[in-house]
Amino acid sequence: MTATDRDNRPDPASDADLVHRAKGGELAALETLVTRYETRVYSLALRILRHPHDAQDVTQQTFLSVMEHLTAFREEASFATWLLRIATHAALKVLRKRRGLETVSLEAATEPPADGESIPHPEYIADWRETPERLVEHQETRQMVELALGELDEKHRWVFLLRDVQGLSVKETAAALGLSEANVKVRLLRARLQLRETLTRAFGDPARRWAPHRHDADAAAPV
Amino acid sequence: MKCQDLLAMLNDYVDGDLAPGVCAELERHLAGCNPCQVVVDNIRKTITLYRAGQAYALPREFRERLHAALRERWKQAGNAGGGPR
Repeated sequence: MTATDRDNRPDPASDADLVHRAKGGELAALETLVTRYETRVYSLALRILRHPHDAQDVTQQTFLSVMEHLTAFREEASFATWLLRIATHAALKVLRKRRGLETVSLEAATEPPADGESIPHPEYIADWRETPERLVEHQETRQMVELALGELDEKHRWVFLLRDVQGLSVKETAAALGLSEANVKVRLLRARLQLRETLTRAFGDPARRWAPHRHDADAAAPV
Repeated sequence: MKCQDLLAMLNDYVDGDLAPGVCAELERHLAGCNPCQVVVDNIRKTITLYRAGQAYALPREFRERLHAALRERWKQAGNAGGGPR
């Protein structure tokens, strides 16, 4: 058990407490855990699979699997990390099954990036018109945000989802996807830059736009 | 430091993983480079936006089905403190 995984729990009952009670046979404790994480698992599955029915299947399989293996859960990682790893594997399994008859294999999406694969340079550079907190309040901007995520190549999308959205470490993301940590970092950078580009074109303020800098140049002089 | 160098270190900077000396050098660059400042700010906002907006609502009937399935499986397993190993 690591102490670090026990921190940051404002709720009256911590995940660890609920896990212990569920291990002791308390169904209500397990249901509290499910309620606490069901939206997160469903969102992850939906963003990976992009199909509500498949995402529901994955969510149910994930929690059934959690129930089945709870007593064997050694709590070396946090419950959230363990749970999200199970959910990720369940989602990837559905993808593999779905890919059975398709030409693009999952392996193609998880192989290392080609040597010299360039990093996309920022082109549209502007301050955003609104804060992220304000942007998520509106249905149309939320749709735009999901659209941008959907446009990402899946090998970049998965890394972004696990690392930035689910908050797994680089090491945990690499383990969940069967990638090297170096690979995760490269993919994460590409994902972040591509999303930044798309969202800044949508949410950037043209009046506060900067011309793309010469990327081989030293810092531009202050205006 | 050049803009290109900053791009290569962007992840580590945003994640707070840069060594203090390198971080200070990068921040000196940022202080004099508005486009890079804005790019870093955009990236931070992008991450915040996806974290804040991650919740798809669970369809209510699915949620009920899910909890019913879990209770059923729990009962079947005769779970009352017992469990694997």
